[in-house]
Amino acid sequence: MATLWVGTRKGLFRYDETSAGWQAAGPPAFLAQPVTVLLDDPRDGTLYVALAHGHFGCKLHRSDDRGTSWRELKTPAFAASDAPDAPTVEMLWALAAGGRDEPGVIYAGTLPGALFRSENRGESWMICQSLWDRPERQRWFGAGYDHDGIHSILIDPRDSAHIVLGVSVGGVWITRDRGQTWDLGGRGFVADYIPPEQSGDLVMQDPHLMVMSPSNPDRVWCQHHCGIYVSDDGGWSFRECRDVAPSSFGFGVAVHPTDPDRAWFAPARKDEVRIPVDGKLVVTQTRDGGHHFVAHDRGLPQRAAWDLIYRHALVVDSSGERIAMGSTTGSLWVSGDGGSQWHHIDAHLPPIAALSFAP
Amino acid sequence: MAYVRFTSHLVRHRPLPGAEAEGATVAQVLAALFSQDDLLRGYVLDDQGRLRKHVNIYLDGRLILDRVRLSDPVMPQSEIYVLQALSGG
Repeated sequence: MATLWVGTRKGLFRYDETSAGWQAAGPPAFLAQPVTVLLDDPRDGTLYVALAHGHFGCKLHRSDDRGTSWRELKTPAFAASDAPDAPTVEMLWALAAGGRDEPGVIYAGTLPGALFRSENRGESWMICQSLWDRPERQRWFGAGYDHDGIHSILIDPRDSAHIVLGVSVGGVWITRDRGQTWDLGGRGFVADYIPPEQSGDLVMQDPHLMVMSPSNPDRVWCQHHCGIYVSDDGGWSFRECRDVAPSSFGFGVAVHPTDPDRAWFAPARKDEVRIPVDGKLVVTQTRDGGHHFVAHDRGLPQRAAWDLIYRHALVVDSSGERIAMGSTTGSLWVSGDGGSQWHHIDAHLPPIAALSFAP
Repeated sequence: MAYVRFTSHLVRHRPLPGAEAEGATVAQVLAALFSQDDLLRGYVLDDQGRLRKHVNIYLDGRLILDRVRLSDPVMPQSEIYVLQALSGG
């Protein structure tokens, strides 16, 4: 039985695929509490959920019994300092499982943009000081939030010391030594929100989300603020995918588990609008590494749709056939055939921030 | 001993410790309570020990003045009220 976790502005919901289709399973966890991101660790089945209380800060919870019960963990935090502008973690924006060779290791990306590592399933955390101390970080800036943040943490399945980060706004950062040293990737990105002569500045890039192909980790897909990009060298350099109808603006991207040339996107009219183009919600798919795209609309609203798909709300399962998409207006769709036909599972959820299929 | 009350909004998330605690400042009184529940601290204070932006503390009926170090002096019969600010959503 397939399971889909749905993280929303008002809690965590579970849907199971039954003979009658996808059905809500049980009451929501964390009712009325905003979920920002979640992780269903494929190595040991542990669930992690990050919350962002409006008043009381961000929190992290773990379930060791597939969501039946939860325990609150220590939240990653910055060290105390006397500096008047000393940072505090505003939000957990990314959670990622470490490599198969490092059980219990998980990573968290935060706003402001810092990477934290836990070696004990979230019981305690250490900041990646080498990244925090990079002088370029002073030039990172917020996009949609007051602070810059790390939303993409890609662990190379061939080498868990090789990690690729996506930062909004701060570019692509790559380590080959488990975070001891970092270099900037992202060559080929073009930013149109800074003076033209600086448009290729690697630090000024706004990758909205990046995903790494599990079957060919050199292939990295990126939904950038200014277009769709694909890399064949693990994120060091990218080429732009052009002529993507109806739009190459968006936030989410998902890559097929065994076909690195196949990826899905959820387009919207570009940044000053952020609604479906002409009120028609579609999912675009490429099967040839980004040279051609098809827009899928079967089962999706084709008039007066105002849904925006957030960056962590377009996901594919381990079979590559089930794809789920959740919107800011609380609609949830699932495709069972790789994105050709979509089924409207729910229309009345709270705004959806993050989805995850159970591994 | 100062008497501390927490908003019911916070009770939803953490089982709250005893309501009375010793201390010469708001920070010291709260620290005595946080020692009973380490996670409670992060609901009231940020990483730097500052009062969270959307949390208010009333000391004997007045908002505390020092939101950074919580140094407002506490009397033995003081009453401290920890509330969520409406600004937090």
